[in-house]
Amino acid sequence: MNVIKVENLGKRYLIGHDKKADGAFRYNSIRDSIYHSMRGVFQKIRHPLSPNKENITLEEFWALQDINFEINQGDKVGIIGPNGAGKTTLLKLLSRITHPTTGSIKIKGRIASLLEVGTGFHQELSGRENIYLNGAILGMRRLEIRKKFDEIVAFAEVEKFLDTPVKRYSSGMYVRLAFAVAAHLEPEILIVDEVLAVGDAAFQKKSLGKMEDVSKEGRTVIFVSHNMLAMSKLCENAILLNKGRIQKQDRVNLVIDEYFSKLYRTIESENFTIDNFRREPNEQKEIKFVDITINNKPHASIDIGNNIDIHFKINSMINLQHVNITIQILNNLGEIVTTILSMDSENSFNISKGINSIQCSIEQIGLYLMPGKYYITAGINKVIGSKACDVIVNYPAFEINNTGLNSLSIRHDRPGVFYHKKINWNKRD
Amino acid sequence: MKDFDILIEPKKSIKNFWKELYTYRELFLFLAWRDILVRYKQTVIGIAWSIIRPLLTMVVFTIVFGKLAKMPSGGIPYPILVFSAMLPWQFFSNIISESGNSLISNSNMISKVYFPRIIIPTTSMIVSLIDFFISSFIFVLIMLFYKFIPTIYVILIPFLLIHAIITSLGIGYLVSALSVKYRDFRYIVPFMVQFGLYISPVGFSSSVIPEKWRLIYSLNPMVGIIDGFRWAILGDKFQIYIPGFILSIVISISIFIVGFVYFRKTEREFADVI
Repeated sequence: MNVIKVENLGKRYLIGHDKKADGAFRYNSIRDSIYHSMRGVFQKIRHPLSPNKENITLEEFWALQDINFEINQGDKVGIIGPNGAGKTTLLKLLSRITHPTTGSIKIKGRIASLLEVGTGFHQELSGRENIYLNGAILGMRRLEIRKKFDEIVAFAEVEKFLDTPVKRYSSGMYVRLAFAVAAHLEPEILIVDEVLAVGDAAFQKKSLGKMEDVSKEGRTVIFVSHNMLAMSKLCENAILLNKGRIQKQDRVNLVIDEYFSKLYRTIESENFTIDNFRREPNEQKEIKFVDITINNKPHASIDIGNNIDIHFKINSMINLQHVNITIQILNNLGEIVTTILSMDSENSFNISKGINSIQCSIEQIGLYLMPGKYYITAGINKVIGSKACDVIVNYPAFEINNTGLNSLSIRHDRPGVFYHKKINWNKRD
Repeated sequence: MKDFDILIEPKKSIKNFWKELYTYRELFLFLAWRDILVRYKQTVIGIAWSIIRPLLTMVVFTIVFGKLAKMPSGGIPYPILVFSAMLPWQFFSNIISESGNSLISNSNMISKVYFPRIIIPTTSMIVSLIDFFISSFIFVLIMLFYKFIPTIYVILIPFLLIHAIITSLGIGYLVSALSVKYRDFRYIVPFMVQFGLYISPVGFSSSVIPEKWRLIYSLNPMVGIIDGFRWAILGDKFQIYIPGFILSIVISISIFIVGFVYFRKTEREFADVI
């Protein structure tokens, strides 16, 4: 039975360009409106026959177009796509935050959306008060919140600080509490945007577990994440969005596969930028990755066993000491092959204002990455454990070729992640 | 089609508006509760502020209009004349400034969660209502001090209060929706409120307005509301101008309808521009 039916859905934004300033503006102001209409009038008076020369041009931008899909009760559907594909716009339309330009959405049942954790949290209010407030904002009834209150507090591990204003919470506590409230929502349809990327690793694991529980309860879940592993664990089906259109709609593993090969095509195309892979690309950041190369190329083809040199260019607006860089290498399934911390090698970097060049050289001695395509997710941390300043997600970094050192050739479907070079076989009597 | 609960289509405003408002009634209370908590937690002088403000204004107006300008008060102690107008005026101006800003200051909620948007500007009325009760309490003390007994018409004040709520919410809806679209609109609001104070009969009695101008003066809906309050408290010592009062009701309802309709028409785009 269909619980969501989307037909011909489209969303258009009008972006204004001020010809003089040559940039996009977002807000209207009365001052501008009056100014422009007055200018129009004066121009008409001075040159009654000339056409209106407005300084503002409106550019149409279709964030979504021709979207059609149906979701049945109990389905777990992932929405996958690169930055700017329209994932968030789709979620916002489904959760009725914004309105479509074309088409229609039909929904059956109580729907709750989680586009951000801690929406409506108030700094001055205590943890207890914020649980009630946030619950109400997410659509919970007071009785429901009261019933789940202890569970929420236990999940968030904030028992001792219930009556402390949340402005005194550590960022970890804050996020845990916010997620805990959201995780205890019980709608018939749940819409979740990239909210699992919060908190420390242990809490992320816990959150993911909670999400798995939720999805096992027979609820309909729509889920957006860059974490393909979580995606393949949680969802059965997925939709691949690209440039506002549906590109593929199939079993989750097939869609993830298509997504990754799509990323490869992106990087091979002429006009790709690193922003395509940046998490929160629209945010102002004081420190960020501006370029990544692998063996001096945006994307490298590496023979098995050869060194992998990952080179970052980081632009910073401030001087910073003891910065840590984290690199995760992921395989074609989104599985993390390894996590590399710069501080493991006791290399916490001092970053100075301007462009900084940092290289991570991975020598493959003994253990060789198996042939295949690999992606990296990289982050910069000012303080270990805090939210990363900038993150590049699923960047198609390199491909390991089947022939290389010692002309090694491995059967292409051989399972495993590493080829172990230094293994001695002996027959013992 | 009948099987689906929600249908989202372009150009169409949200169906089942009233039913939805009912579903979200708890959110309304929670937001009001939040505003009250925050207000009295944040400012150390929390409640004191809502006492000091009307008191100080009353003192200034009594001195300026009563003592210096020697405006007629019809035998009523001037502070009581002023305070009976301060009550509705402060209520009105509080709602307008609070609700006018409310959408912008809750922009995060609007861009991340769905709920009937009208809850936000409406909620700000609750905090103002509490301030109103605090001020009323002070007014009772002042009347005790002057040994002044209000008339029996005082029981009509709830109706006058509704009149004031309708007017101020109507303007509040309009202002809040406009401030989302035009970001500099909120800078105009304090000026409008300030201006309104001078053209409304707060510091003086509307009986000083010449008879032939009174109907035109009553185009300002606050004139009818303030006169209503004065009449309910001061009784026959204060002459209410009936045509003006009726005009004020008509204008208030029109303002409310305009504000409400404009809000409902533009609310679909709030999340896109906020």
